[in-house]
Amino acid sequence: MTRWIVGWMLVLAVTPAMAESVRVAVASNFLAPLEQIADAYSAQGGAALQISAGATGQHYAQIVNGAPYDVLLAADQARPERLAVEGYARPESRFSYAVGRLVLWAGANASLPDDGLAGLAGHPMRRLAIANPELAPYGLAARQTLEATSQWSALSEDIIQAQNVGQAFQYLATGNVSHALVAASYTGLENAPRGDWIMVDARLHDPVRQDAVILEQAANPEGAKRFVEFLKGPVAGEILTRFGYQAAVSRP
Amino acid sequence: MNLTPVWISLQLASVTVVVLLALGTPLAWWLAVGRSRWRVPVDALVALPLVLPPTVLGFYMLVLLGPQGPIGGPWFAVTGDTLTFSFIGLVMTSVLYSLPFVVQPLRDAFRAVGAGPLEAAAMLGARPLDAFFRVACPLAGRGFLTAAVLGFAHTLGEFGAILMVGGSIPGETRVVAIAIYEHVETLDYASAHVLSAGLLLFSFLVLLAIYTLNRRGRTGGLV
Repeated sequence: MTRWIVGWMLVLAVTPAMAESVRVAVASNFLAPLEQIADAYSAQGGAALQISAGATGQHYAQIVNGAPYDVLLAADQARPERLAVEGYARPESRFSYAVGRLVLWAGANASLPDDGLAGLAGHPMRRLAIANPELAPYGLAARQTLEATSQWSALSEDIIQAQNVGQAFQYLATGNVSHALVAASYTGLENAPRGDWIMVDARLHDPVRQDAVILEQAANPEGAKRFVEFLKGPVAGEILTRFGYQAAVSRP
Repeated sequence: MNLTPVWISLQLASVTVVVLLALGTPLAWWLAVGRSRWRVPVDALVALPLVLPPTVLGFYMLVLLGPQGPIGGPWFAVTGDTLTFSFIGLVMTSVLYSLPFVVQPLRDAFRAVGAGPLEAAAMLGARPLDAFFRVACPLAGRGFLTAAVLGFAHTLGEFGAILMVGGSIPGETRVVAIAIYEHVETLDYASAHVLSAGLLLFSFLVLLAIYTLNRRGRTGGLV
């Protein structure tokens, strides 16, 4: 019996992953659009994607320690750039695949201020969730937005900082906060929580550019290149726009 | 290098252990000597946090302790505060998370004491509660020590559930495990190393102490 179990474990251990697939590490905020892009890509005859969603800082640490990804779709620009500088990613492959927007979301039992984001400080609110500005680019954008409208210090008591924008959204969805400043991409979810949201004026914060790179240790560099080309194309662009991102632009 | 998360962790572990000893002692006694048919299912319930992913506990707590939840709702109505993102909420989460680490060593210690000494005490005219506190508890002393130290150390090592319900508020819910996670996230590996090495050394010394104690007499539950 034991021999059989050990035998099967060996078989499973040496079974290679699908030969042609491309392994993509993606920032959690881009997971939903990426799944649709992956479907569109394979419908066109492209390779299947193996998607690992997570926090970009974690992906960085894993890549430096030999994680077997082909492509990183990061939440920011800093970490793909750093990977390229340190020799873990191909510098010429780096580009901004999406520019993110923020929305102000009021949960099921809450309302939006009449004059929009600028009236947040005087509006009845239980708690406002944002991503941690030091950890997450959407958190930084949220902070810049509140500073630009002179509400950062007035609201600081009410703000809950989540690990990332996905967790900020989770706090809203579970009713633990009444309002949240989150990525516009969550408005595209099929099972989005009840409540109202408004787009935040993009001029109130630095653009949230999200960069992609192909990794040096990519097991499937050709497949990675082909997928990245598709990501720059019109089909992916249309999906991006539907999820509230500005479509891919080349690096300035 | 900010050491506040270390103090928060130590506070959380201390409060959790005190609450767990108060709640866990009668429960462990009932599990050790009780004759109820509920004993086995309750035993299984107590052991659940050993096998469930902390994310299961974190997810349920996020829902239960939230302002619309069955526990968080009344709390919110009375205090105007949510239980999520609060130290008290972390204590509630940790009590569930570390429950088996306190109850099981106590249960085994009470079982090892057995009915004999208590019957003898009863023969000599001791009331049941008297006999429990003056005979059973001293005899189970090492079980209490094991339970307290294990509960403390396990709470110190908590991460997943706290990540989900804590909200990482400095000076309130940012514990050392979360601080390490955030240092790694922001590529501040120097701070991550300091905190990690400290936790590693501390945990080793705690377990070393437990094993040294237990070599002088078997009362271990989990270790």
